[in-house]
Amino acid sequence: MTKPKAHHHDIPGTVIFDGVQARKGYALNKMCYSFNEDANRRAFVADEDAYCASYGLNTQQREAIRARNVLQLIAAGGNAYYLAKFAGILGLDMQDIGAQQTGMTKDEFKAKLLKAGA
Amino acid sequence: MAKIVGTITTSHVPAIGGAIAKGKQKDPYWAPFFDGFPPVREWLAKVKPDVIVCAYNDHGLNFFLDKMPTFAVGACESYSNADEGWGIPVVPPFQGDPALSWHIIESLVAEEFDLVTCQEMVVDHALTLPMALCYPDQKWPVRVVPVVVNTVQAPLPSAARCYKLGQALRRAIESWPHDVRVVVLGTGGLSHQLDGERAGFINKEFDLQFMDSMVNNPAWATKYSTAELVELSGTQGVELLNWLVARGTLPEKVAKVHSNYHIPISNTASGLMVLEPV
Repeated sequence: MTKPKAHHHDIPGTVIFDGVQARKGYALNKMCYSFNEDANRRAFVADEDAYCASYGLNTQQREAIRARNVLQLIAAGGNAYYLAKFAGILGLDMQDIGAQQTGMTKDEFKAKLLKAGA
Repeated sequence: MAKIVGTITTSHVPAIGGAIAKGKQKDPYWAPFFDGFPPVREWLAKVKPDVIVCAYNDHGLNFFLDKMPTFAVGACESYSNADEGWGIPVVPPFQGDPALSWHIIESLVAEEFDLVTCQEMVVDHALTLPMALCYPDQKWPVRVVPVVVNTVQAPLPSAARCYKLGQALRRAIESWPHDVRVVVLGTGGLSHQLDGERAGFINKEFDLQFMDSMVNNPAWATKYSTAELVELSGTQGVELLNWLVARGTLPEKVAKVHSNYHIPISNTASGLMVLEPV
C-alpha cells in the first residue's frame, strides 16, 4: 500500500476538513447545506430547536449553533463553506466571522487584512 | 479542430457578487479589483471564444458531502445558478455544449482520469462570478463546460494531479474535430483562510511567486503536497488547484497578456491572469 500523503500535519489555528471531520460534522453540515433554500432558512429562524433536532445535531453541535461560535462549530465538525451559509442567516460577513475566531474587533481584523497587502 | 486560445485565472469570492449587485465597482475598496477586468474583456473581444471550459470548486450548491467527487465534468444542455444562502443575485443560465463535454469525458477517462459525469448540475459563484466579471451584461456569448475539482474535503487531488488533468484536458479539447475557440477559466484563491484561529491568513510572497510560476515555471507548485499548499496559502487558498488545471491546458511556453493582484477583497488576496500559448 502506498503511504498516504499526510494532510494531518499541524498548521497552527487550522483544522483540515478531512474524513474525521466530515464524519463528525455530517449532520451539522447537512443542516447548513439545507440553508441554500430560503424556506429552510425561514424554518430555522422560526423554530431553531425543532430545525436542529430534525437534522439530528448532537449536543456539541447544537450548543455551538446556539452560541453562534465558529470555532466551536469547527470543533463540532463544521466545514467553512457550509458554515458560511449559517453565517448568511445571521447576516454576518467574513470579516465578522474572522474577527470572532481571532478574538479581534472587526476593525482590527480588517486592518490585519489591509496590512497583509502592504 | 478546436483550439485553446488562452486561459483566464481569477479569484471568485462571493462578496464580488454583492459588490456587483450594489454597483460598487468604482468604490475605493473595490476598484483595485474590478479595474483589473477591462483588459480581460478587451482580450476576450479579440480572441472571441465559442466555449469556456471552467475549472472551479463547488461550495455546497451542486455537491453535498454525501457524494463528493474528486473531479466531475458537466455534460448538460444548460446550467443554472441558484440561491447559495447568502443573498447574492442569481445570474442567467449558461448554455452547455454536451457534445464537447462527452468528448472531453471520453478522452479524460481514456487517460485514466476516472471522473464523475453530471447531466444535471447547478453552478455556483465560483463559475458565475468570474463569468460576470468577463461579461458584465451577463448575456453569455459562449457555451460552457464545467470541470469541478474537490478543494473542499481532504484528501484533495494533488497539485501534480491537477496540472496533469489540465494537460489531459488540452489533449481532449485539441482532438475535438470542430472549429471552436476555447478559453479555459480557472477560478479560486489566491491566499486566504476563512476558518480557525488562523482566519485572515494571507501570503503575498507566496502568491506572487505562484503567479510568476504560472508564466515561467508552470510545474513549480506541483512540488508541494496539498497540506503544504494549505500551510502556504490557507485552507481556501488551496483553491489555486483550479489555476493549475487551467495552466495545464497551455504549453510550457506562454505569454502573459495581463495580470492583477490586490489585497484584500473580503478576506482574500485576489489574483487575475490572462495567458496565451506562444
